[in-house]
Amino acid sequence: MSDSLYAQWLALACGAFLLAGVLVLWRRDLAAIVRLFALQGVALGAMVVVLGLRQGSVHLVAVAVGVGALRAGLLPYLMRRALDTPRPGGETAADEARETRPLVNVATSLLAAAVLALVAYAVSQPIVRLSPDPATRAVPVALTVLLVGFFVLVTRRRALSQVVGFLLIDNAITATAFLTTSGVPLVVELGVSLDVLLAVLVLQVLTTRMRAAFGGTDLDELRELHD
Amino acid sequence: MTGLSSAGLSSAGLNAAGPDAVGLIATVLQVVLVVVGAPLLTGLMRQVRARMEGRAGAGVLQPWRDLRKLLRKEPIDPRGTGWPFRLAPLVLAGTALVVAAVVPLVTTASPLDSAADLFAVTALLALGSVALALGGLDTGTAFGGMGASREVTVLALVEPTILVSVFALSVRAGSTNLGTIVGLTEADPMRVLSPASLLAAVALALVTIAETGRIPVDNPSTHLELTMIHEAMVLEYSGPDLALIEWASAARLTVLLGLLGSLFLPWGVATGGAAGMGALVAVLVGVAAFAAKTAVLGMLLAAGEVFMAKLRLFRIPELLAGSFLLALLAVAASYFLAGGA
Repeated sequence: MSDSLYAQWLALACGAFLLAGVLVLWRRDLAAIVRLFALQGVALGAMVVVLGLRQGSVHLVAVAVGVGALRAGLLPYLMRRALDTPRPGGETAADEARETRPLVNVATSLLAAAVLALVAYAVSQPIVRLSPDPATRAVPVALTVLLVGFFVLVTRRRALSQVVGFLLIDNAITATAFLTTSGVPLVVELGVSLDVLLAVLVLQVLTTRMRAAFGGTDLDELRELHD
Repeated sequence: MTGLSSAGLSSAGLNAAGPDAVGLIATVLQVVLVVVGAPLLTGLMRQVRARMEGRAGAGVLQPWRDLRKLLRKEPIDPRGTGWPFRLAPLVLAGTALVVAAVVPLVTTASPLDSAADLFAVTALLALGSVALALGGLDTGTAFGGMGASREVTVLALVEPTILVSVFALSVRAGSTNLGTIVGLTEADPMRVLSPASLLAAVALALVTIAETGRIPVDNPSTHLELTMIHEAMVLEYSGPDLALIEWASAARLTVLLGLLGSLFLPWGVATGGAAGMGALVAVLVGVAAFAAKTAVLGMLLAAGEVFMAKLRLFRIPELLAGSFLLALLAVAASYFLAGGA
C-alpha cells in the first residue's frame, strides 16, 4: 500500500468514525442512534484493517474483523433488542423511542461538540508532535469522539442513549490505542471486548427491568425514592 | 447559441489574442447561460416534482412564460413605500448577475478571476438577501416584516457555514480564490474523497438548500402565512419587479448549484491551460458539463423534495447548527488529518 493511498484511506475511515460519533448528538430517534453507532463500529473496523494492511500484519486484520463484528454487529443487535422489548402500558411507544427532552438542547449540543473538537485538537498536540505520521495525526479525532461520548453520557436522559455514550467512549479508547501503539496484544483486546459485551448485557437486563418496574427509562425520574 | 458561431468566426484571431479572449468569451457564455437557463432550471425542477407526484406539469418553459406575462404588466408601488422597496429587486438581480459572472462555473480562467474570492461572493449573496429583507420591511405590512425577520434569522445562521466550509476547502489550496480551488481539485480528483472535502460538501449542500429557500427550510410553492419565509417578503411586489425577483431567485439557485458542482465534481471546467482551438473546445465542454451537472443536481433536489416535509420553523436553527458543525469539523479535519501541511 503506497503512502498517499494509506493516508487517504486512513483519513476516510477516521472521518466516518468522527462523523458517526458527532451525528449521535443530532438525532433524537433512538433507533437511528443505534444505527449510527453500528456505522461507527464499521468505521473503526475499517480503520484497524487499514493499519493492519499497512504493517502487513495478518494478526491485526483478524483483530479488526473481531472488533468490527462486535461493535457493528453484536452490540447494536443487543441494543435494538432492548429497544424492541414490549412495555407494560404507561408511556406510549413513540415517547419511549425518542430522546425527547435532553438536558442540553440539540442545537446547543452540536455547538458544544464543535468546541469539544477544538479542545481535543489543542490537547493532543504534544502527542502528535512525538511522531507526526498519519496515524498519530488522527488521534484528535479519537479524542473528540471520547469527549462527545462523555457529553452524551452527561446530557441525555434515556438509559439507551447513555449506553451509547458509554460505548462511544469505549470506541474512542480502542481507536486511540490502535492509532498510537499500532496494535494492543490480542489478550488485552479480547479482555476489553468481553468487558464491554458484559457491561452492555448487564445494562440491557437492567433497562428491561427498569421498564417492567417503572414503565420508562427516563433516568432523571429515578432519583427520588418512592413507596 | 450565438456565442458558438461568433467564437468559430474569430478563432483565427484568437491565437494571436491569447487566453484572455477565450476567458472573456467563456465568461460571457457563462452569464448568458445563467440568465437564460435559470428559469429553465426552475421549470425543470417543477416538472420533475409534478411527474413524481402524478401530475402532468406545466412544462419546462412555464417560468419563462410567467416572466413574460409579468414583464408586460404595469409596475405598481403600494402606497407609503419608499426607495428600499423600489431598489430591492434591482440590487437582488444585480448581485445575482455579478456572482454569475464571477464564480468559476464554465471556466477558471475568467478575466474577473481576481474578484472570484470566497468572501466577495458570500458578501454579494448576502447583500442581495439583505436588500430584499429591507424591501419587505419597507412595505410596513405584517407579513413583510415577519418574512424579513425570518429571512435574516436564516441568513445569520447560513453565512458562517458558507464561510467556514469553503475555508476548509481553501486550506489545502492556500488561497480563498474559488478559481484556484476548483483548478486544484480538477488536477487531483481524489481530493474530493478526503474527509474535509466530504464534510464541507454536505455542509454546503445543506446551506444551499437553506439559502435558496427549498423544502426542508422553506416551501417555495406555498403562501401559508405560518410557514413562508421568502414568499412573505415578496407578497407586495407585482409586475416587472416581481419578474425580476423571481428571475433573481432562480439565478441564485442556479449559481449555487453550479458552484457546488464546480467545487465537488469539477470535471469539465475549463482551466485555461490550452491555447487556440483547444481552449475553445475546452470552453464548450465546460458549458455542456455545467448545464448537465446543474440539471442533474436540480433534478436530485426536486426528487428529494417530493419525499420530504417542511421542517418546523423552530427546528431550522438545529439543522443549520448541524451544518455549521459539519463545516467546522471539515476545517478541523483538514488540519488534523493533513497535519496542517
